[in-house]
Amino acid sequence: MIEILTGSSLNTVQDFGRRHAMAMGVAQGGTMDRLALSHGNLLLDNPLDAAGIEIVFFPFRVRFHTGISFAVTGADCPVMLDDLQLPRDWAITARPGQTLTIRAPRQGARAYLTVRGGLDVPSVLGARSTDLKGGFGGLEGRALHKGDRLACVTATSIRLPAAGYGLSGACPLPPAEGTAVRVLPAAEHDIFTPESLKIFQTAAWTLTPSANRMGYRLEGQDALALMRPLSLFSHGILPGTVQVPPAGQPIIQMMDANTCGGYPKIATVIEPDLRLLSQTTVGAPVHFREITRDDAVQAIRQDTADLRTLTVEIAKFRAQLVF
Amino acid sequence: MTRIHMAGAGGLLLDAADGPFNDTTQRRIWATSRELNARPEIVQTIPGVNNLLVMFDAAETDPAIMEELLRDIWTQASAEEIPSREIVVPVVYGGTFGEDLALVARFAGLTEEETIAAHMTARYSVAAIGAMAGFVYLTGLDSRLAIPRRDSPRLRVEEGAVVIGGGHAGMMPCTSPSGWHILGRTDLCLFDAFRPEPGLLRLGDTVRFVRAS
Repeated sequence: MIEILTGSSLNTVQDFGRRHAMAMGVAQGGTMDRLALSHGNLLLDNPLDAAGIEIVFFPFRVRFHTGISFAVTGADCPVMLDDLQLPRDWAITARPGQTLTIRAPRQGARAYLTVRGGLDVPSVLGARSTDLKGGFGGLEGRALHKGDRLACVTATSIRLPAAGYGLSGACPLPPAEGTAVRVLPAAEHDIFTPESLKIFQTAAWTLTPSANRMGYRLEGQDALALMRPLSLFSHGILPGTVQVPPAGQPIIQMMDANTCGGYPKIATVIEPDLRLLSQTTVGAPVHFREITRDDAVQAIRQDTADLRTLTVEIAKFRAQLVF
Repeated sequence: MTRIHMAGAGGLLLDAADGPFNDTTQRRIWATSRELNARPEIVQTIPGVNNLLVMFDAAETDPAIMEELLRDIWTQASAEEIPSREIVVPVVYGGTFGEDLALVARFAGLTEEETIAAHMTARYSVAAIGAMAGFVYLTGLDSRLAIPRRDSPRLRVEEGAVVIGGGHAGMMPCTSPSGWHILGRTDLCLFDAFRPEPGLLRLGDTVRFVRAS
């Protein structure tokens, strides 16, 4: 059992989201940084998609009422278990009564708290993710409040070194000079003016404060324009879609995006790079780079292969632990 | 002319729109969606208005092969009618529940009563479901009521609002921002994640609006 000691309207329970409910109009949802949640779960020998807490409002504090193994991954935050400072991407076992404090990130935007067994909240429409818009999933369909108590699916600890253990190569975070994301051209790409297509790829777009789980609004010096006016019927859209409303400033659809929309789409951010956006802070520059579909497929395969290798390495390391 | 566009590596958007909304095209979109959903390599499909978004795992399935499959299935898709139910939606029109009724009436050159009558007389069909959980895009709106969406969306439109916009009719399944115009309010529960079938309406269902007693 863990108890939330700090309230916010933004910290939520998330897993990998709802992959089969979009036809009902339900957002895909799920963790904004899939790799960070996966790393936490790997360190705890959980299924990769076990539910954890996505933290975007700091400081975040929880108390452990029972002995629980946990991990903190994602953004580079100062993390303290009582008086003990923990390294990045680290797993350790807390004793009953201990308090975990996660402070504002030095780099990145989202931290993930995962617990051994995963958080025990009901699965709704195939996932434990909180859908804030729909008001279901997670804990009562809402963000976590001060005083909330959450149980773990298996309320146990696992065998870990006393000081814990972590990953030597922590999740890469976007550098201060900007987040570079790879994109594929989307449906209306070729209807944008040649000049707009050039600006799209060369400009430094700034992430505005209108950046949340639904979408990231960007701002640039020059607006993007179509060669001719377009009126589109409503169509399905997925996370990563870069829409350009009439004002010409792009909006990237994120995990809680509406499932349908009507604005022209210039590009789609490839899946492996969405997590880099999720770790981008307001005011930071974003750069788009078009790649080919073959390269995108290659990047997705590489991501899957890397995670598989890491799973094997962690299992090997855990097997060698001597107590 | 049907176009197939990339929607990321693991997504394809089939756009069959050609001028105004086409009912036959829409039935072929549904048929294509059903056929694809029966295949294990498809994660999900989202039928839109005269278009279809197909999602698959690009690490497992070659997108170029998926594109061919989609084109084949679309080419052969039939426009047969699908089983349809009639859902009657009771509406309280106008007043505080329908704050745009006067605006829509002026746009249409009708009185408020004539506007309500035009909204109630039409027979609507659920063409697509999406944007938010349980939101239906209804086709069949009287063309006189085809008022464009608001230039800037309202930040908050209440659950149950009966709305029109961009030539479609709809109802708000939850409180959310929206650029559609509000004619009235219904207290039907359009979406409940905990019901065995969360959405009240299915693709192809017929909808009729009546005045709430």
